[in-house]
Amino acid sequence: MFGKLTWQAIPFDQPIPLCAGGLVIVIILAVLAYIALKGWLPYLWREWITSVDHKRIGIMYTLLAMVMLLRGFVDALMMRSQQALAFRSDGYLPPEHYDQIFSAHGTLMIFFVAMPFVIGLMNFVMPLQLGIRDVAFPTLNSVSFWLTATGALLINVSLVVGEFARTGWLPFPPLSEIRYSPGVGVDYYLWSLQISGVGTLLTGVNFVTTILKLHAPGMTYMRMPMFCWTSLASSLLIVAAFPVLTATLAMLLLDRYLGFHFFTNEAGGNIMMFMNLIWVWGHPEVYILILPAFGIYSEVVSTFSSKPLFGYRSMVMATLVICILAFSVWLHHFFTMGAGADVNAIFGIASMVIAVPTGVKVFNWLFTMYGGRVVFSTPMMFSLGFMVTFVIGGMTGVLLAVPPADFVLHNSVFLVAHFHNVIIGGVLFGAFAGYYYWFPKAFGFRLHENLGKAAFWCWIIGFYVAFMPLYVLGLMGMTRRMQHYDVAEWHPWLLIAGLGALIILTGIVLQVVQLIVSIRHRAELRDLTGDPWNGSTLEWATTSPPPAFNFAVLPRIRPNDMFREVKEHARQQASLVDPAAYTDIEMPRNSATGFVCAFFATFMGFALIWHIWWLAIAGAVGAYITFVVFAWRDRTEEVIPAIEVARISRGAAA
Amino acid sequence: MRLAALAVPLLLTACHWAVLDPKGFVGVSDVTILIDSVIIMLAIVVPTIVATVFFAWWFRASNTRAVYRPGFFYSGRIEMVVWGIPLLVIMLLGGVAWIGSHQLDPAAPLPGNKTPLEIQGVSLDWKWLFIYPDQHVATVNQLMLPAGVPIHFSLSSGSVMTAFFVPQLGSMIYTMNGMVTRLNLIADEPGTFYGEASHFSGDGFSDMHFDVHAMPPDQFAAWVKSTQSAGKTLDAANYGALAKQGVLPAPMTYGAVEPTLFQQIATQKLPPGPGPETGRPDATVSPRTSQ
Repeated sequence: MFGKLTWQAIPFDQPIPLCAGGLVIVIILAVLAYIALKGWLPYLWREWITSVDHKRIGIMYTLLAMVMLLRGFVDALMMRSQQALAFRSDGYLPPEHYDQIFSAHGTLMIFFVAMPFVIGLMNFVMPLQLGIRDVAFPTLNSVSFWLTATGALLINVSLVVGEFARTGWLPFPPLSEIRYSPGVGVDYYLWSLQISGVGTLLTGVNFVTTILKLHAPGMTYMRMPMFCWTSLASSLLIVAAFPVLTATLAMLLLDRYLGFHFFTNEAGGNIMMFMNLIWVWGHPEVYILILPAFGIYSEVVSTFSSKPLFGYRSMVMATLVICILAFSVWLHHFFTMGAGADVNAIFGIASMVIAVPTGVKVFNWLFTMYGGRVVFSTPMMFSLGFMVTFVIGGMTGVLLAVPPADFVLHNSVFLVAHFHNVIIGGVLFGAFAGYYYWFPKAFGFRLHENLGKAAFWCWIIGFYVAFMPLYVLGLMGMTRRMQHYDVAEWHPWLLIAGLGALIILTGIVLQVVQLIVSIRHRAELRDLTGDPWNGSTLEWATTSPPPAFNFAVLPRIRPNDMFREVKEHARQQASLVDPAAYTDIEMPRNSATGFVCAFFATFMGFALIWHIWWLAIAGAVGAYITFVVFAWRDRTEEVIPAIEVARISRGAAA
Repeated sequence: MRLAALAVPLLLTACHWAVLDPKGFVGVSDVTILIDSVIIMLAIVVPTIVATVFFAWWFRASNTRAVYRPGFFYSGRIEMVVWGIPLLVIMLLGGVAWIGSHQLDPAAPLPGNKTPLEIQGVSLDWKWLFIYPDQHVATVNQLMLPAGVPIHFSLSSGSVMTAFFVPQLGSMIYTMNGMVTRLNLIADEPGTFYGEASHFSGDGFSDMHFDVHAMPPDQFAAWVKSTQSAGKTLDAANYGALAKQGVLPAPMTYGAVEPTLFQQIATQKLPPGPGPETGRPDATVSPRTSQ
């Protein structure tokens, strides 16, 4: 009846996961009870859960990313403290638990923090910048979000029911095959990513269609803001790369569930095929994450230097070159497999070539500041922190692309330091810059500035204290994923790294405090202009927060508008409209499709993990029927009457 | 630049930075390329960082001496330079990578005309087996080498994939079941070096390290002799016991080895090691491999 699921699946003998899981469950129940008591459930259902508004979905994506960031960071603290303690001792985490923690940390941070963060910001900002009312497929957008949430939920369920993978954030066979990992951990990993991967792919399709097919009148490709270009490049990469991930994980699932031999030791399976396939997805994945961040920096540096972005055409070209080259470098993740010198050299050089367009971007941001009036707001601080930090991460990245250097640094904590250097210093700082930059647009009030700056200093100092020692440790020969070690020289550096994690913790606490303080003081921090930073792109031409339809009158971009003229013209256009000029606006109707579909997908995923076949079938059928019902709907849109449009926009203007 | 070049040897002498303190030709060459590449890149990285901080500070909004140039957002000359400089650096570095990859191909024989010593390595859960086919001896979790003699490793895995790495000797390489990877290393001087598995391979991974003892050739010959006269024989049955998951308390040696044992492992005539055996009541939910 319940497959492999018995009471033994709950780790009663392991206090740490049990207490952590129990605490999380209590918190979730408390929040739900509070919401129910306050009578907010109908509001949440109507305005958020079933919403197909790209702004609401973007905010929910970002919220998911932030909550998962907390969970992933707790994992990071546990790893750092374990390695700080485990010199000639076992520390406090046994290997079977420690291995789950580093696997969960990587999986969560990439798939459920970095991805939803950048997708959330793209969702919120990109249609506003294009001057349109929503993405191309609004309901699909909601489906994407809820399927991503399903993946995150399943990974967190593994904390209490069963176990998570102990194979790292990429499950390399044959360790991840049924013979060496007979537990449910790898299955949790695989089904979480398969389900959320569908959501991500749909997002990619949705965004590519939106950017290619929907623009405000006059918004030609070469007039699109830089963030739209990088969103396009990132979405194209999603469309091209995520099917590879899905296929690769599907092959591993076939191995584990049906006894196939794609990647097993025996029967002609080839583990290097998994290596190749997973990195054919995995390398583009890092550009999927970093390109939108590059777009955010472009907007932020330009706005806070009071200057148009330097070398716009060059930036567009650099973005597209990165987008294409992203697929030609995957082999640098396994120079040490023993491929010939020609193969290694060619992929090494191809990897270095990507540094050229990336370097161009850094120089262009530099020259954007040159001759500008630089204002050190929180988003600008994160951007400057990024420019300094990312250059170092880029340097160590190119170093790892030199095969003989990689031969002594591969898989070491030097590598760990490198990718944290570019993911934290690049993607996460970019996401934070975007969060601080667009928060007033999303909610109509600013975040507390000084707390934001304090958080920034904790983050950047914490980052250097936590990860520079890892560079040193890598040069001392320390490999990654050590649960304990006996080398005396490593110990002090790991203690310093642990201290760095605590400084970052302070930064995170400050960010939480900042959010609470800002909400409490929202009246003083209120932004009535809709344009608190004096930006230049179209999202600053509408109110904060924007109405459901974004623009009462779609902005028209004149061919010669430069920099802030685009926004100013759009604002003029909106204020000059006489009441008779407002027309009815058709907006997509809210739909529960996404939520219901994800509800069934959650049960399907859980059932597949535990071999509860009847429930798996029921879940799959339920998800399918949800779509059939959606396809048979009679009314697809609802009309906001012209009077209502006029009332909302006049009210906001007054 | 000059300062950086001076700082590198200083750091080398001050610390026990294994990778930066190589004891053999391969390690020395790897590290030379590593340091050269860093210096080439610092030539562009340091000015960029300095310029970032300086531009941001000088063009701060409150600085009345800085000239505001809102119209300065395109310059063909600067574009040329910002594409050109990274391109030139990468061309130089690409040359380093190309030459380095070929000179330091792990499978390529080392320069010189000394006959290399053959060692066959097998990674197991969670220990290292080293077979000396010409000496007919084997060791577990320790590696004896004659200093100054090139070593040719043939490496495979008896279970999951991992990697063989001795930081002070240079290049690492993967070990994979059913496949043989080749690696050439040399220890230029006697000494004891730390060796490890450098690709995560399961719960006992952290204990999968070994000491490498490089000794003068005559001492190595004496060690071979004494080992041959003592210890068990490594045959298929003994290997089967060794291949079970677990961590060894201390290194071991075998006085004799079945001649084709490595070939049998590498061609999968001997099956790969079994997975976890001990565990909770239901290993298919969450096996526990350490006790």
